[in-house]
Amino acid sequence: MTAGTANWSFTQDDFTSITDSLKRFLGETKSRCAMLVDRSGQLVTTVGDAPGLDTTTFASLTAADYSANDQLAKLVGETDFSSLYHQGEKESIYVADIARRLLLVTIFDSRTTVGLVRLRMKDEVEELTLLIDRVFSRGRDGAAPTGHLLEGADDEIDKLFNW
Amino acid sequence: MINYASREMNCKIVYYGPGLGGKTTNLEHVYGKVKPETRGKLISLATETERTLFFDFLPVDLGTIRGFKTRFHLYTVPGQVYYNASRKLILKNVDGIVFVGDSQAERMEANLESMQNLYDNMSEYGYDLTQMPFVIQYNKRDLPNAAPIEDLQAALNPGWEVEDATKHRVQPDPYHAGQNLVEQVSGGEWVEKAPYFEAIAVNGDGVFDTLKAVSKLVLKALA
Repeated sequence: MTAGTANWSFTQDDFTSITDSLKRFLGETKSRCAMLVDRSGQLVTTVGDAPGLDTTTFASLTAADYSANDQLAKLVGETDFSSLYHQGEKESIYVADIARRLLLVTIFDSRTTVGLVRLRMKDEVEELTLLIDRVFSRGRDGAAPTGHLLEGADDEIDKLFNW
Repeated sequence: MINYASREMNCKIVYYGPGLGGKTTNLEHVYGKVKPETRGKLISLATETERTLFFDFLPVDLGTIRGFKTRFHLYTVPGQVYYNASRKLILKNVDGIVFVGDSQAERMEANLESMQNLYDNMSEYGYDLTQMPFVIQYNKRDLPNAAPIEDLQAALNPGWEVEDATKHRVQPDPYHAGQNLVEQVSGGEWVEKAPYFEAIAVNGDGVFDTLKAVSKLVLKALA
């Protein structure tokens, strides 16, 4: 589509692999919820228990938070801060970068420890990086089905705007 | 981003422009007018004096196309020159841009500076503004000191040269009778301009026209 912007899509198979991996990670760390968010702030998927959480807003703020910290890292001479930890009284958040494209966000409480989350996060990041690389390399080859989804859909697009 | 598993399309639109130009007002109007079930919360990261510090954010569901739920994430940037670092972050992975210009004659310099800053920030990401969905809104048309549209167009939307010869054909402006978005100018070269809209965002005039235009361009760019 447009020059330079993020254009990617993933299939049911990608989605299943990613959610299976996240579920395993959630079980191992005893965290409440894990989310995959793209760097532009869009939620890719969420697994686990997050009652009442506005996941759309949460995803947007997480990406902004991470981007701001990325710039802070550069100001102090680091390439990036590969992870972020926000400690709360009951709930805490751990955020890690996946392949400079996505963020893995984990929400956890006193049923686990930040040490365990951090320990398991490293393997999870590696696993997800492999999966995500596969999605993006396919996109670059032009094999992703994105391009044809809206072909000839002009009428449908026009109808959307009959507000 | 298209998610085939959850059958969702997510697009990011950024409202850009000089400080106090009405970017946040645009989002507030959209928030107030669309049905509550089709929009999320309006999040504002603002200073105590309600100046945007980082961004405003509003997710809006437009409906379904080809069985895919289309969701637009609307962002504003902080207009003040001082906040360029955070402004640039919001442009990351943008799908469409609305430039909200302030029509007041004395804000022309601020408009130009902001437009230049938009081009600069986009090119630092490797994005080409002339190749992506981009519309301009001239806000505050009701004010007595509003500059004529022709002056604003000449300064902020003079057009860019169309190099691709296959696009060398007149394209009428669907929003302004008798005007063209693509045309051949007296020097012989073909020039394309961004679609523009007049607005009084505090009353809501022109707000949805602008949003519709940029959203359509984004979806058609995907088609």
